[in-house]
Amino acid sequence: MSPSRSKRSGNIAEVQPTSHGSMESLPVDHLEWVEAWGMADKAMSYVFRPSTVERLEKVFALARETGRKIGLKGGGNSYGDAFLNEEGITLDLSRMNRILEWDPETGIVKAEPGVTLANLWQYIVEDGWWPAVVSGTMNTTLGGCLGMNIHGKNAYQVGPFGNHVLDFEILLPSGKRVHVTRESDPDLFHGAISGIGMIGVFTWIRLKVKKVHSGRLRIWAKQARNFHEMVELFEENASSMDYMVGWSDCIARGRNSIGRGEMHFARQLPPGEDRYAAQSLRADRQALPDNIVGLIPKSISWKLMKPFVNDWGMWLINTAKFHAQKRPGAEKPYFQSHAEFHFLLDYVPNWKESYRPGGLIQYQSFVPREHAARVFTEQIRLSQQRGIYPYLGVTKKHIPDDFLLTHGVDGYSLALDYPVTAKNRRALWRLCHEMDELVLAAGGRFYLAKDSTMRKGTVARYLPRENFERFKALKQRCDPEGLLSTNMFRRVFGASPAPDEQLERHHKGVANSA
Amino acid sequence: MARHRKAIIVGASSGIGAALSRLLVRQGYKVALVARREEALKELATSLNRNKGDRALYYPHDVTHFAEVPQLFQKITHELGGFDLIVYCAGVMPEIAPDEYNIEKDRLVFEVNVLGAMAWLNEAAARCEVQETGTIVGISSVAGDRGRKGQPVYCSSKAALNTYLEGLRNRLGHRGVKVITIKPGPVKTPMTEGLTLPFMITDEQAATGIAKAIRRGCNTTYVPFIPWFFIMTIIRMIPSFLFRGKNI
Repeated sequence: MSPSRSKRSGNIAEVQPTSHGSMESLPVDHLEWVEAWGMADKAMSYVFRPSTVERLEKVFALARETGRKIGLKGGGNSYGDAFLNEEGITLDLSRMNRILEWDPETGIVKAEPGVTLANLWQYIVEDGWWPAVVSGTMNTTLGGCLGMNIHGKNAYQVGPFGNHVLDFEILLPSGKRVHVTRESDPDLFHGAISGIGMIGVFTWIRLKVKKVHSGRLRIWAKQARNFHEMVELFEENASSMDYMVGWSDCIARGRNSIGRGEMHFARQLPPGEDRYAAQSLRADRQALPDNIVGLIPKSISWKLMKPFVNDWGMWLINTAKFHAQKRPGAEKPYFQSHAEFHFLLDYVPNWKESYRPGGLIQYQSFVPREHAARVFTEQIRLSQQRGIYPYLGVTKKHIPDDFLLTHGVDGYSLALDYPVTAKNRRALWRLCHEMDELVLAAGGRFYLAKDSTMRKGTVARYLPRENFERFKALKQRCDPEGLLSTNMFRRVFGASPAPDEQLERHHKGVANSA
Repeated sequence: MARHRKAIIVGASSGIGAALSRLLVRQGYKVALVARREEALKELATSLNRNKGDRALYYPHDVTHFAEVPQLFQKITHELGGFDLIVYCAGVMPEIAPDEYNIEKDRLVFEVNVLGAMAWLNEAAARCEVQETGTIVGISSVAGDRGRKGQPVYCSSKAALNTYLEGLRNRLGHRGVKVITIKPGPVKTPMTEGLTLPFMITDEQAATGIAKAIRRGCNTTYVPFIPWFFIMTIIRMIPSFLFRGKNI
């Protein structure tokens, strides 16, 4: 890929050197605003979307020639700045999206990193398989799933995504392509998975998916009056349920009401129970409905949500939802397709648009079981005291794992969605830092796919020292030039721009959209 | 470490450009100084950094070397970490005799005042169009409002700059980009050295007026607004056959 000028610059191709040594030359027609999924941060970068490994290698060469850093982007579903790379190169891998091998007998699939979970489940579901771990959206790519080591609603049973990876090939910044298994290079295996794209680029991934005997799940909904009760219900049901999740109303006040909400428990159907399994396993039967309650086209639903995306609107919705759950028969089991149950974030397309112009961040913390209910309660209480209400809280149960930048604990996670406005931004960042201290004091951890606010030094405080040192050594071994870097990596591991930088950018964005 | 707004000042080594650079740094900007004279730039950057830390980068460049601009612009945005504001201050007004017609001088005027501005501001505009934010400022002159017999080419270069900036404004306004035309009256700078002109202000006063216009996001403004807005409104209305006889 030779550096070229865009059509905008016409025939200006001859470049005189200046007295400042070598000059960069990146094609300006690759310059794009790249926006975090939560829309609260964005960055200008030169975006390349290679479709082959050879083109990918050329982007590395170009980065080296021009002295730019490379940040990796998959589906762009990280809430914060995990894939933003201000003034650098963004390597968008979404076009490397071929499923290379599939064995319906063993459930082993080999695919390129840009294959999304949607591509994957649509390909395998009719053979009676489903990805072992899925996120709340089906738009995440396999590369992203590995890089962030995502977890699902079954994290307490099967751990994170990386647990189901058999092997992969990775292109290191040095240009070396390495086939990695757990045994061949344990640090590279456990560091590249979870390594937020800072070790290398996966060129293919082989993983094991899970057998399903029906396209449907049996769901139970139960009400929890607070976080303590929610944790009790998780513990009671963990051995009998395949998936568990709790949705909390974080606006409800009162000593015994903090964290109140609805829990969903799901169980796969055993072999033979679904007499029409072949029908329910059809990909089109899994598809999410096109409208809401049979009336409102989903494409415009976010516009109807907009008037409710404020403290009072969310209080109204949460309260109504909580009381609706008290109606007779609300706890009766019902069926949902796998896609309907798992991919709630895709249910209303573009729902996040209702959070513009400021966007949203998600604050997700992982706290050991014995402290979880207390810490989560304190987090919500603190938010309420500061007058910054999370509009949604999602609780899941987890187990520890072996990956270097692990977020797994023997405990629970709470993900809180906070709206960001020009007015609340500084206070929100301060609140998150206060909540960080609660989590750290309880021996908790954080998940970088969701993070927007963490300060430099926090990773070293929550991660086991050995993991931190091994990751640092791995980064030095695989990327001694530091070619792979992102805004998040610089914020969390390197020279830290203060939150003021994001604040400034945000204000600019708000002013422009006003 | 707080994040600074970022400005590129083209024509920063003296006059309005230097004064504006000093003012912007005081206002919290990190600046990239671009001009032909390396020594003067270095001196300015050193003095700015001495007072405010690492806030000024400098790039020697002749604005008539148009081909250098795209890559230099990219280098600056990389090292500066993007940009929020670009001000094109470079300008020349060669001394010409009342009966002199010199295409070499005229060409230089257009190369510096117009084509150089286009080379730099085109780059900025292309980027602003993508980032949907940013402020582009061109330092024009009251001289661009009429064709004066003393400086026909200088006046027409500023008129061309005005029209170009208006075109950019119309093209980028809906993308959230501000394009500002500044029309200063006479300013005491090396360019006006030895001239006696009415309502002359210092470069520091001009910089203050420009910074105010940037803050307000005006489309076009005179600096100082009073009296030049009123004077130029009247002058623009003078019919050509009357203007011809005046020694303006």
